[in-house]
Amino acid sequence: MQLSANDYLIFDEESGVYVENPEQVVRDDVEKHHWLNVWRAVVKDWRLYLMLVPMILVFLLWRYMPMYELLGCFKVTDPVKPVADQYYAGFSYFKQLLVGGTQLSMEFWRAFRNTFLLSFYGLCFGFPMPIIIALFFNEIRSNVLRSVYQVITYLPKFMSTVVMTSLVMMLVKQGSLTSGMGILSQFLEWLGLVSHDVANGGLLNNPSFFRSIYQISGIWEGAGYDSIVFFAAIIAIAPTSYEAAQIDGAGKLAQMRYVVLPCILSTIVIMLITRIGSLLNVGYEKVLLLYNPNTYVTADVVSTFAQRYGMGANPVPGLASAAEMMNNVIGMLLVIGANTISRKASNVSLY
Amino acid sequence: MKRKLEISELIFKILSYTLLTIFAVACLYPFIYTISAAISGRHAVDYNELILLPKDIQFEAFLRMFNDNMFCNSYTNTLFLTFYGTIWALGISIFGAYALSKKRLLFRKGFNFFLVFTMWFSAGIVPQYLNYLATKRVFHAVGIMDDKWLVVIAMGMAAMNIILLRNSFEGVPSEIEEAAIVDGATEMQVLWRVYIPMSKSIIATVALFFGISRWNGYFWARQMISNQNEHPLQVFIRLKLEEFTDPEAMAGWNEAYASDSVIYALIVCSIVPILVIYPFIQKYFAKGVNAGGVK
Repeated sequence: MQLSANDYLIFDEESGVYVENPEQVVRDDVEKHHWLNVWRAVVKDWRLYLMLVPMILVFLLWRYMPMYELLGCFKVTDPVKPVADQYYAGFSYFKQLLVGGTQLSMEFWRAFRNTFLLSFYGLCFGFPMPIIIALFFNEIRSNVLRSVYQVITYLPKFMSTVVMTSLVMMLVKQGSLTSGMGILSQFLEWLGLVSHDVANGGLLNNPSFFRSIYQISGIWEGAGYDSIVFFAAIIAIAPTSYEAAQIDGAGKLAQMRYVVLPCILSTIVIMLITRIGSLLNVGYEKVLLLYNPNTYVTADVVSTFAQRYGMGANPVPGLASAAEMMNNVIGMLLVIGANTISRKASNVSLY
Repeated sequence: MKRKLEISELIFKILSYTLLTIFAVACLYPFIYTISAAISGRHAVDYNELILLPKDIQFEAFLRMFNDNMFCNSYTNTLFLTFYGTIWALGISIFGAYALSKKRLLFRKGFNFFLVFTMWFSAGIVPQYLNYLATKRVFHAVGIMDDKWLVVIAMGMAAMNIILLRNSFEGVPSEIEEAAIVDGATEMQVLWRVYIPMSKSIIATVALFFGISRWNGYFWARQMISNQNEHPLQVFIRLKLEEFTDPEAMAGWNEAYASDSVIYALIVCSIVPILVIYPFIQKYFAKGVNAGGVK
């Protein structure tokens, strides 16, 4: 705050000279008492701060409290006592999970590998799809026809995970004595992609099909809808850019490479950062709904592993928390890393 | 030169139309098949005799659903959760976002970090489960025995949605707010008369995001709501699916329609309301996606 001389000196009419202003001296003292200052600002603006209170309470109670519960991974858990009263177990849960050829650690490493692979395949196959579809949408000149295509391809996104997985389960269900196999299995058998026995046994009971089903259903569900943001970036490109490229003799591929790609690059980067950030954050709900003990080999991810050990029949919450702790810390490092790299490299960052 | 250019464009055009058509068919076909299978006769469904159009039409599978008290119950529960859940989350988000959009707010950066951190790091499902159990005990002790309120109040907040709202509020020109304050408007009136009307479309989008996530909510509702009569639709669908795909439980099935038809009918029932409002909400969705990409 800029102070003028008048704040410090006031004219004393009795003696006829300027004297020190006692109020301003007090004000300066207060200025030094930082918290008092804060308090005054809050009191003056109390309505604004009151508006913030419910949001902070909700986040503290149901977002930050679980993080405190997560510390249970360092303690021996006794469900009856609160986290603070349980005794210190150090890294014993982590050791159990990470080292030793025990069943448990093998299962954990399997889950960790599956988590990474499901996300990684999603990045390789799932991520480019919306971009390709957006490019295709751009080729359709008729607005009506394009709208029809868009409305149809956005549709699957509006189903809940439960309904989507139910549908998938019905379409690839196993055959039995009284009823045939699912229509999709039948189609795949007709195409010669799977043998009759495999199709009849139910594709979701077969570990070698889980990843494909997971990815393909993901693309089916989201590719059309996710193309919205890329399509918006593509139609924002000025038509003159294409014309200029055409005059320079650029074919379709060259136009893609030198006109379209640079224009939508920042959108792609942002989407990629988000994607990498959630690399270890596989949608556990979908896995939980689709997997069964037959497919644990390829389907079990860290969240579902934790769910079985932490919420199942004989829960060991500390062990489950330790598994999730590792998963989430690596996940967070990935977000921050991806963000930093992209900010350094291209000046695009999400946070 | 000119000719070569046309050929590469033509090929790409043909490719686009073909692949898009295949994709669109793949998106649409399961829905049509579901409807057909829900109203086809038993033999046709069990032995995959229908490909696209229904055969031996019956509506008993639907009637069975509509006569099921649990089904109607679960529908009401879902409407309850969606309605109150959206209002609760939206209200808190609007107030919070409004405060965060003000430059004069002290510790603004700290509060923002407080929000964004939850997007980077989440505790995971088991700690969350323990936390919700503790909340449930507190709620029961206070006298809120209805677990639906636990789901409404404790779940479904999203930092992303608050940030969307905050960005939109920050875009409101400060001159308008100053004019309102000169005219004697209080903080609430500024929010209500200036900010909310000026960010209508983003508020609609965020409300939609909350609404959809509430309508689709499954896992926590199943974990936390112990009373069967309070289960929402998604939990009901899943429990029915688990019951109906168990071959042993279905061995004695002797209705005139296939047991699968009941599941298909359920799926249809849960999609139809969304399809009905879909044309009206679609543009808000597109807006939200585009706004979410930029910060």
